Amino acid sequence: MVALALKDAGMEVIYTGLHRSIEEILKTALEEDVDVIGMSIYSGAHLSLSKKLMDGLEKRGIADKLVLIGGNIPQKDITALEECGVDGVFPVGSKLDAIIQFIKTKFRERNEKKGV
Amino acid sequence: MKKKESEELEEVVLESGIEVKSVYGPEDVKELNFEEKIGQPGEYPFTRGIHPEMYRKRPWTMRQYSGFGTPKETNERFKWLLQQGQTALNVAFDLPTQLGLDSDDPFAEEEVGRVGMAIDTLEDMEQAFQDIPIERISTSLTINSVASVLLVMYLAVAEKQGISWDQVRGTTQNDILKEYIGRGTWIFPVEPSIRLIGDMVEFCSQNVPKFNPFSVCGYHIRESGATPVQEMAYAFLIAITYIQEVLERGLKIDEFAGRIAFNFDIHGNLWEQVAKFRAGRRLWAGIIKERFGAQNPRSMTLRMIAGGGGGGLTVQQPENNIVRGAYYALISALSGTQTMALCSYDEAYTIPSKKAALISLRTMQILVDEMGLRDTVDPLGGAYYIEWLTNEMEKKIVECMERVESTGGMVKAVQQGHIQREMSHQAYIREKKIQSGEIIKIGVNKYVMVEETADIELHPFNPEVAREKKEKLGEIKARRDGGEVKKALAELEKAARTEDNVMPHLLNAVKSYATLGEITRVFKGIFGEFHEPKGL
Repeated sequence: MVALALKDAGMEVIYTGLHRSIEEILKTALEEDVDVIGMSIYSGAHLSLSKKLMDGLEKRGIADKLVLIGGNIPQKDITALEECGVDGVFPVGSKLDAIIQFIKTKFRERNEKKGV
Repeated sequence: MKKKESEELEEVVLESGIEVKSVYGPEDVKELNFEEKIGQPGEYPFTRGIHPEMYRKRPWTMRQYSGFGTPKETNERFKWLLQQGQTALNVAFDLPTQLGLDSDDPFAEEEVGRVGMAIDTLEDMEQAFQDIPIERISTSLTINSVASVLLVMYLAVAEKQGISWDQVRGTTQNDILKEYIGRGTWIFPVEPSIRLIGDMVEFCSQNVPKFNPFSVCGYHIRESGATPVQEMAYAFLIAITYIQEVLERGLKIDEFAGRIAFNFDIHGNLWEQVAKFRAGRRLWAGIIKERFGAQNPRSMTLRMIAGGGGGGLTVQQPENNIVRGAYYALISALSGTQTMALCSYDEAYTIPSKKAALISLRTMQILVDEMGLRDTVDPLGGAYYIEWLTNEMEKKIVECMERVESTGGMVKAVQQGHIQREMSHQAYIREKKIQSGEIIKIGVNKYVMVEETADIELHPFNPEVAREKKEKLGEIKARRDGGEVKKALAELEKAARTEDNVMPHLLNAVKSYATLGEITRVFKGIFGEFHEPKGL
């Protein structure tokens, strides 16, 4: 659903499908040279999996990717996710527009910093 | 529903695309032949219900979905639910188990025991059902791609408890086609997966006569974005696919159709749901009788579990979900379900707490004992609107089935990803309508409370589960007879390669304490793996 919304907003989306391992996500991110990585987790394993993803990005020297986490995320875990380097957390019930706006704003800020 | 500035409803169009008038009368059902289209409950075409007396004889079965962590923890929850008056079990497995992975698989890390019970070997099932009177309860195993393995494990447990297989009652969900469409725990490609279902039906019809080898799930298709009409149409097309697979093996329709079960969803418009089930019963009876030539009336009955859909519940103002659950239970009872399960109010967040699970159970018990739902069969039958809407739903379901069948059938539609794409687009459009307020959800886009915080107790996850499970698995592997395991797996591989029924070989494999992962690897080696069709 989020993939469709982003596509509708004019972004190019590579949907990896369900049940991808962190390694597979990192590989796709590198190969496709993406700007944003979005991961949706419903099982409750979001904290440890996000940490793994962030470590993997660091190790591969692509820590500059914008990382969004969605799914079944309790309010109390949002700070912990942000502390481990996740840029945006969008739990179930988030507005699709909010996700689109978040990505657009982040990129505008980045481009301004770069002076583009 | 479109609304003017005033409180007046300008136009009512149901999710299934049916326009509703403000009043119905005899002229709307004047073509309806009572004997032919409605008839008596318990008689063809079963529009009013599949039993003559329905809940007068016995209330619906109450079966809340549960299971988490280690088999021991799950065993304790099972016993507690049975003590509270639940009459059957509905077992949840963790994601690694559903994907055929052992607890020590690197891909399983983080997920062991999270959303259900983790099963590696027969010993886990023995523990999960320890001191539970298997012969007195019916058990639903919510498992799909590896349902064949879990079924033989359950049968082996029964055997060890000294219970003969003809006393074993229950259901394996085992509906792989809907996994590709909605739920997502597939492993093997479509065709070998359907073959495994055929093997199970054949095996059960000969050895476990009271067991339902598959339960076709409109539920998850609806949760993935289907309208109520599509939910029924796709479920029927899936069931027809499995039936054809079994018929090709030389079984007669009446030898197994009476054990086909369905799992349907309830959320949305009350009348549309009731009409959906009444139309569904009539249509299914006709399909089994006319298309497949069944003689036994039991074969023609649409037997179902219908419960409160998670898709209707909201994260916002979670206590409202208790109320929604009660209405869904009411709809389910008015629709003549055989078994009911309700999503608990905290399910948008977490595995149901004991308190939430108990509220769901009590909701159903209150309906049974306080509200008169058992008094008379199909109490809405004969209402002009309901009978008219039942007809309209039936027409729409038939049209939807014909569309898929005329373009190559269900297997092709799933293999190529047509249904999956259609569902995700519909889910997206629905979500946009909710976010714009066109579809009203209380607490989400109407009567929103900004200051609310979700005050819900989350199911504690014990990270020790994975370590404990890994250790236990290591012990079993050291203890078991490695030669026997190897031999059993080789026999299984041989059977899987040919057209032999794999079930007896699977049984030997699990009895040798071969692991779920080892067995799945044998199948993967021969069948390969399913790859999601590309493209959004």
